[in-house]
Amino acid sequence: MAIYKKNKDGLAAAGFLTPTLIIFGTFILFPVFFSFYLSFQEWNAFSWEGSFVGLDNYTRMIQTKEFWDVLKNTLIYTIGTVPLNMIVSLMIAYGLNQKLKGKKFLRTLFFAPVVVSPVAAALIWRWLYDPNFGLINYSLGFAGIDPINWLNDPSAAMFALIGMGVWKTFGTNMVLFAAGLNAIPDSYYEAATIDGAGAWSKFWNITIPLLSPTTFFIMVMSMIGSFQVFDIVYVLTSGGPLGSTKVLVFYIYEYAFKFTGEMGYASAVSYTLFALLFILTMVQVKYMKNKALA
Amino acid sequence: MQKIDKKYKYLNISKSVLIHILMYSLAILTIMPFIWMILTSVKDMSEIFVYPPQWLPNEIKFQNYIDAFNAAPFGTFYMNSLIVALSVTLGQLITCSMAAYAFARLEFKGRDIIFYIFLGTMMIPANVTMIPTYIVLSTFGLIDSLYSLIIPGLASAFGTFLLRQFFMTIPKELEEAAYIDGASKWQVLLRVIIPLSKPALATLAIFTFMGVFNDFIWALICINSEELKTVQLGLATFRDKYLTQWDLLMAGSVTATLPILIIFFVAQKYFIQGITLSGLKE
Repeated sequence: MAIYKKNKDGLAAAGFLTPTLIIFGTFILFPVFFSFYLSFQEWNAFSWEGSFVGLDNYTRMIQTKEFWDVLKNTLIYTIGTVPLNMIVSLMIAYGLNQKLKGKKFLRTLFFAPVVVSPVAAALIWRWLYDPNFGLINYSLGFAGIDPINWLNDPSAAMFALIGMGVWKTFGTNMVLFAAGLNAIPDSYYEAATIDGAGAWSKFWNITIPLLSPTTFFIMVMSMIGSFQVFDIVYVLTSGGPLGSTKVLVFYIYEYAFKFTGEMGYASAVSYTLFALLFILTMVQVKYMKNKALA
Repeated sequence: MQKIDKKYKYLNISKSVLIHILMYSLAILTIMPFIWMILTSVKDMSEIFVYPPQWLPNEIKFQNYIDAFNAAPFGTFYMNSLIVALSVTLGQLITCSMAAYAFARLEFKGRDIIFYIFLGTMMIPANVTMIPTYIVLSTFGLIDSLYSLIIPGLASAFGTFLLRQFFMTIPKELEEAAYIDGASKWQVLLRVIIPLSKPALATLAIFTFMGVFNDFIWALICINSEELKTVQLGLATFRDKYLTQWDLLMAGSVTATLPILIIFFVAQKYFIQGITLSGLKE
């Protein structure tokens, strides 16, 4: 009887859930497993046939120099963007948390890069990075820095990509940091003021420690996002010059959809990416659990 | 004593002025790329290729927009983007409300397990499911059609989660009154829950619309025909053709960014809510 009662809305629930379950089953759950299956297949997009090849795709991946280069580029991009992004977004969130006229308006401006299309944004930055007429080289000229061929010099292109990446994404983290800052009770700051603490000491001894759950969350989420960067790479540098900005998703895209249609090999690479992201996610989940228990 | 107070006040004012100057300069720096885009889009080529850069055009040249629209069918691209974005948004509002209602209010076997699996799928990166999704769509012959951009987006774990959390805050008494009047579950959802959930639905709608309108990789993979391209895909191919025609490229960029920027300025509160609630959308 109890079980029956618990399932009293079973039929109605089936009705409400059917559309979602169909879409999910077809485009999320099935693909997750099928992608794993594909990674052990030699599957050609043009002949539409697969044959089992065991671990061949994975061993090939490990033995391919380009894969390691691409992984390295992805890591450099992540290490270059995430800390910079977090410093900028925390500083701005902290500034917005002070007494300020036109706070909402400012927040709107800071957030604007997040909402625009990455394609158009990357086009604008191509123009900003123009070696001869771009605003960036022009501005650097005031600091006595010679013009840099941002997008055509293999040693500069990654910096160009990181700069744009930070600009495009810091608004999200700013909003999350602002929410975290708001959650810190004013009484803490007041008590510190009475004890004679200065602004700097309050920032280091109250804000930073109390913000750490937010900070950790933002760090992991930003890393997950950076690992999957694609749109801005495609438009800003197309992975070049000389592959210096080719990242993992771009590599997957090239193998699966652009050149050879090697969907099996591309699936092996994307499953490797999935594994990396999964580890990050688990770290996050575990950290949150510990926090909840403590 | 009074002297010290005055000194403090003076210090505070100068500090406040400093913060204002700093924050406003940073904000202007942040939107500088947009300002430069708009200025470039109405300049003549002779004013674009000059060093040092010329800030303002001698006269505003709207012709660039006409030229851009003549060089590529941006009108068609726009139509396609709107069809896709509006269909997905409407679809998600429907499917997510239904699923969220089931998770928030109905009692059935396995509800919590299914819900947790749902939450788990939010962590699966789209790039992992990309290849199989392409294979599924092409099995149904849907590649290179707008359906390939619409159908996979017709449900969303994020949307379901967002609405479920909101539905759970609605007092049950309101529904009970409707049940006493003989309403069915569907009627309760439509007449009681939905009207009370407008803020959450608006957040979901705006967030989804923005995401789909700005989507690039999926359109790049699925669409080949010129007449089916979305604004983003069209703009990317436009770049390949007019590499350094910055007047046309910036006119195209303005066209692709302006609608979202306007929606954002008008309804920014929903964007911010969406970010805070999800905290994870890239």
